[in-house]
Amino acid sequence: MKKVNLFATVAFLIVFALPLAMTATSVDAAGERYILVSHAPDSDSWWNTIKNGIALAGKQMGVKVEYRNPPTGDLADMARIIEQATASKPNGIITTLADFDVLSGPIRNAVDQGINVIIMNSGTPEQTREIGALMFVGQPEYDAGFAAGLRAKGDGIKSFLCVNHVISNAVVAERCRGFADGLGIKLGSSMLDSGQDPAEIKNRVLAYLSANPKTEAILTLGPTSADPTLLALQENGLAGDIYFGTFDLGDNIVKGIKSGVIQWGIDQQPFLQAYLPVVILTNYDRYGVLPGNNINSGPGFVTKDALTLVEKYAGEYR
Amino acid sequence: MSQTEQTPIATDERVKEMSDFHKALIRPELGSICGVILVFVFFFLTARDSGMFSPAGVLNWSIVSAQFIIIAVGACLLMIAGEFDLSVGSMIGFSGMSIALLSVSFGWPVWLAIIVTFVLCMAIGGLNGWLVIKTGLPSFIVTLAFLFILRGLTIFAAIATTRKTIIGGVKDAAEGDWLAPIFGGKVLTGFFQWMGDNGWIETFTRGTREGQPVVEGIPMLMIWALVLVIFGHWLLTKTKFGNWIFASGGDAQAARYVGVPVNRVKITMFMFTAFCACVFATAQVMEFGSAGADRGLLKEFEAIISVVIGGALLTGGYGSVIGAALGAIVFGVVQQGLFFAGVESSLFRVFLGVILLLAVILNTYIRRMITGEK
Repeated sequence: MKKVNLFATVAFLIVFALPLAMTATSVDAAGERYILVSHAPDSDSWWNTIKNGIALAGKQMGVKVEYRNPPTGDLADMARIIEQATASKPNGIITTLADFDVLSGPIRNAVDQGINVIIMNSGTPEQTREIGALMFVGQPEYDAGFAAGLRAKGDGIKSFLCVNHVISNAVVAERCRGFADGLGIKLGSSMLDSGQDPAEIKNRVLAYLSANPKTEAILTLGPTSADPTLLALQENGLAGDIYFGTFDLGDNIVKGIKSGVIQWGIDQQPFLQAYLPVVILTNYDRYGVLPGNNINSGPGFVTKDALTLVEKYAGEYR
Repeated sequence: MSQTEQTPIATDERVKEMSDFHKALIRPELGSICGVILVFVFFFLTARDSGMFSPAGVLNWSIVSAQFIIIAVGACLLMIAGEFDLSVGSMIGFSGMSIALLSVSFGWPVWLAIIVTFVLCMAIGGLNGWLVIKTGLPSFIVTLAFLFILRGLTIFAAIATTRKTIIGGVKDAAEGDWLAPIFGGKVLTGFFQWMGDNGWIETFTRGTREGQPVVEGIPMLMIWALVLVIFGHWLLTKTKFGNWIFASGGDAQAARYVGVPVNRVKITMFMFTAFCACVFATAQVMEFGSAGADRGLLKEFEAIISVVIGGALLTGGYGSVIGAALGAIVFGVVQQGLFFAGVESSLFRVFLGVILLLAVILNTYIRRMITGEK
């Protein structure tokens, strides 16, 4: 009994440790190396596009790229990962600035050690300048929400529900605030903390809509909240009837736009947020050239009319 | 742990002769000692050149390990006393938010905010314990309830008072405070500056802090971890109270018969666990200058995993604080080390699960060797 178990233990060790050791040793020591640190938990599917984006840029530029994230989305853990990335001495770090208080210290430490930093996705141009990063590549969240709000106002909307699946990310919540300001109404209690679990999101949306039957529009903040919301609308029969806009794209969102359930999706083109920083950092390290301004990767409205390429690459590069 | 009474043979087995080597070998923490050695050898072989063993790299995984140690010490003592606390993670979020709200939003002095928060947390820990004792329900269920209650209260309190889920500005509020540096400060800064001046450790190459060492000093977080481990180990192995902890977890009824105040021991341990969570949260808030409603997510399991790697028994009555600390080090080094080694980050959980399984298998053997149980 004892011998067999001991043998199993050793077998375990070999089976699992060997492939890991091999992936570990295959790290390319030569050439530029860039690390992208995100704030997203493992469960957030939107970031897959980012992973594909840096992988493609790494292949095209001939550089080594790595993707890191805190497994639970805890921003304090993310600060540790940035410190860790700094200690491993890459040529550059691409990171989000989801919480300035927590992340500015570690990022500034990286900058002061001679590592080039580009802020992507979350953050503002002012914060980017303040911590000494090269540039910001992303979509100004409030402005994007405001633009969406103006559009909805033009379509005659007067009340809405904002389904927020990342309540802890203050920057993303700006989308809801911008949307409300664009509509010219108060945000009040129309922002719903939905959590990350699809079943919970669906049921909370259903509950909100039955408690507030006069809600004219729904705004979701990404595929994580949009997909369950689609299901909820199919279930209570409001699909196609209620005005539905969403941030970001994904398979189901594209289908929703096609079938007319979703009026528009705001694409912030995450691909560019991952791809461009790698290209920019590589060229900066190799030839010393750098664009002179921040880059807005979005917002762009995706409607029924321009869907072919979007549909082909939804969830992969779009 | 139920141990069947054995009929005495020739001599009393309690005074059985044992070689010193054998005695040194069979300790609850043996498994985690092996784990620590294995983990370091592994990462030394695979990630030697990655900066993992540079001063900044060492500090990085040491801080993460120290964080785990702080909550693992509390979880370990509580687990030996036969109970669980699943509300540790939520307690971290709650106490961090409490400090930020009291000091930033209500404008209290930071030292008062910290002390009030500690009192509040330990009171909630005590309530946890009291409910477990009074209702006789498993602590698993009672603290699971508090996992949700505290997390929900944290988010509600933050949104109700400030309409935000992340509250910043604690750093400015803590400026010049006497208590804040005990949690968020750094020690030995002069020593590190001196090493930096001599070129022994790396310094910043640009910016306003050019010339200053990359590693400024030892964060107080690590001092807290060290102090808690020493205190916990002393309490458990050198005091009467330590024996009571073992007895309460081993067989509460038997312990009551011989006069151990089991209820008091368990409630005290719940309060101590809450205290540890509060130390964790305070150090985090003071370091980062902000509190978020989602801080500490899943930390209760990380604490329990550290304790189990360290050789403690889930059912109570057996374990060691040193083992739990070593378990926390294994956990911290693996978590950060995998990044250094360049392993695809989605494999982290696979690796963690394998380590947990291996540790439990190994620890089971060692425990059987110690207790003679078949």
